[in-house]
Amino acid sequence: MICQECHQRPATLHFTKIINGEKTQLHICEVCAQEKGHMFPGGMSDFSIHHLLSGLLNQSGSNTVSFQQADQEKPLRCDTCGMTYPQFSKSGRFGCSDCYEAFAERLDPLFRRVHGNTRHSGKVPERSGGTIKLKKEMDQLKYELRMCIEQEEFERAAQLRDRIRELEQQIAHL
Amino acid sequence: MSFQNFITNAVSEWMNGNGEDADIAISSRVRLARNIQEYPFPILATDSQLEQITAAVRQVMEDEDLKRQGPFEFIRMDELTSLQKRVLMEKHLISPSLMADSRGGAVLLSENEAFSIMVNEEDHLRIQCLFSGLQLQKAWEAANQVDDIFEKHVNFAFDERRGYLTSCPTNVGTGIRASVMMHLPGLVLTNQINRILSAIAQVGLVVRGVYGEGSEASGNLFQISNQITLGQSEEEIIENLTSVARQIIEQERAARKHLMQNRRLPLEDRLCRSYGVLTNARIIESDEASEKLSDVRLGIDLGIIRNIPLSVMNELTIMVQPGFLQQYAGQQLDSDSRDERRARLIRERLQAAME
Repeated sequence: MICQECHQRPATLHFTKIINGEKTQLHICEVCAQEKGHMFPGGMSDFSIHHLLSGLLNQSGSNTVSFQQADQEKPLRCDTCGMTYPQFSKSGRFGCSDCYEAFAERLDPLFRRVHGNTRHSGKVPERSGGTIKLKKEMDQLKYELRMCIEQEEFERAAQLRDRIRELEQQIAHL
Repeated sequence: MSFQNFITNAVSEWMNGNGEDADIAISSRVRLARNIQEYPFPILATDSQLEQITAAVRQVMEDEDLKRQGPFEFIRMDELTSLQKRVLMEKHLISPSLMADSRGGAVLLSENEAFSIMVNEEDHLRIQCLFSGLQLQKAWEAANQVDDIFEKHVNFAFDERRGYLTSCPTNVGTGIRASVMMHLPGLVLTNQINRILSAIAQVGLVVRGVYGEGSEASGNLFQISNQITLGQSEEEIIENLTSVARQIIEQERAARKHLMQNRRLPLEDRLCRSYGVLTNARIIESDEASEKLSDVRLGIDLGIIRNIPLSVMNELTIMVQPGFLQQYAGQQLDSDSRDERRARLIRERLQAAME
C-alpha cells in the first residue's frame, strides 16, 4: 500500500479516526506522519521505554493521587544517592540499588504492570546471595522428599532427609 | 591482536552462518545486566566512580577462567573516534546508547567477538554473548559462565525478592535480555508478518529493530526478544523464546514453500532482478541495499541464486552501513559518496564470492 500523502513511499502506519461517529482510514508513511503531526505528541523518534514507564508511574488513580499529595509534602527519597520518588517517576530510572528499598512501597504495582510479577525466581549469585541459594536448594530437596514419600521410595527419601539436615546446619552457621 | 581488528574486519564469528537454522535465525544473543553493589548506577556515578568500576572490570581480565574464554581486549570509549565507535555499534559489539553517551564507557571484547562486555552503559555491566543461528541455550550458558567469573571478583547488587537490581525497572530480576535476529521475507511477502508479530506480543515477547529498542526493522530483519525479566527463571525465558523462534521458522519455511509452489516465476524474477541490481548498480542507497540484500539472501536459501555463501550476505549487511563504509574508505564521506562506495563494495564482494 502506498502512502496517501506523498504517493511515493510505502504506507507503514495505518490509522482509523472516528470523529462524531464518522470513520476515516489513513494509510501513511512515517515521514509524512511526522510532517503532518499524526504521531504521538513529541514525535516517535524520541519516544522511548522511559517515557512509557514515566507514564505508568504517573497514571492517575486513587492510590497515585494520594501518593502525589504525599510527594508534595515530603517526597520519598533514597538516602544513599539522593534520588526522590518524583525524580525517579520522571526519568524511569533508579539512581542506585538502594532506591529499590527506599521506594519499595510503590514498586509492586509498577513491577506487576511491567512484568506481571513482583518476585524474582531466577539465578542467585553465590556470594551476595548468601543463604538464598542454600534455602532454594533446600526447598527443592523438600519437594523431592515429598515426592519420594508419596511414591514410597524410602531409601532415596532417607538420603534426601540427611542432605536437608546438612543444609539446615550450614544455614544456621552462616 | 589489536583493537583495530575489531574495527577493520567485518567478519565476526556470529556471521559465519553455521549455526542451527542460520538461514532464517541469523543470530542469537543473550545479554545480562549487572551492577556492582558499592556504586550508584552510571547515570548518577561520578567520573571517579566510573573509573573505579572500569578498573574493577579490568582486574577481572586477569582471571584464569576468563582467559580460557578469551583472549579479551579492553577498549575505552574515550580512546575511539566517533567513527570507530559507530563501526563497533554496526557490528553489534556495543549498543547505540554506549556509542552516543560514552561517559566512562568501555568494552571488553573477546577475540572471536562472541563476547562483548559493556562497561558503564545504562548498567555497570552488560555481559553479552552472540552466536550464529538459533543457539539461545548455548548463548545463555556462555554468558552465565562469564557472569559467574565476574561474580567471584565483585559484589553484584542483588536482592532476594527483586533479583539483580538494574538501573531501569524493565530489566530487574534476571537482568536477562535474550533475542533472535530473524530474516522473514516469506512472511512479509505473503502478508502474514503483522499477524505473527501481534501474536508474539501476546506471549510476552517483543519485536525490536535490528539495533534494539527504537531502531527500525529493515531488510526484512526482525529482532525478537523477551520483555519480562522478573518472575521467570532464565531457563524459562530461554525456552519460551526458543520455542517461539522455532515456530516462526516453521511459518517462514511454509510461507517460502507456498511462494515457490504458487508464485515461483514472479518470485524468481524479483530475486534475480535484485541480484542484477546489486551486481551492477553504481549508486545505491542504504534502504534499497537492505531490501535487495534480503532478496538475494532469500534467493540463496531457495537455491535460486547459487555460489554465494550466507556468510558473505551477513558480512555485507554489516559492511554497507555508513560507519563501515567510511572506515573502509579511510575517510569521512557525504551521503552521495557513500551511495557510490556502497554500490562498489557490494559489486566487488559478490564478484569475489563467485570466483
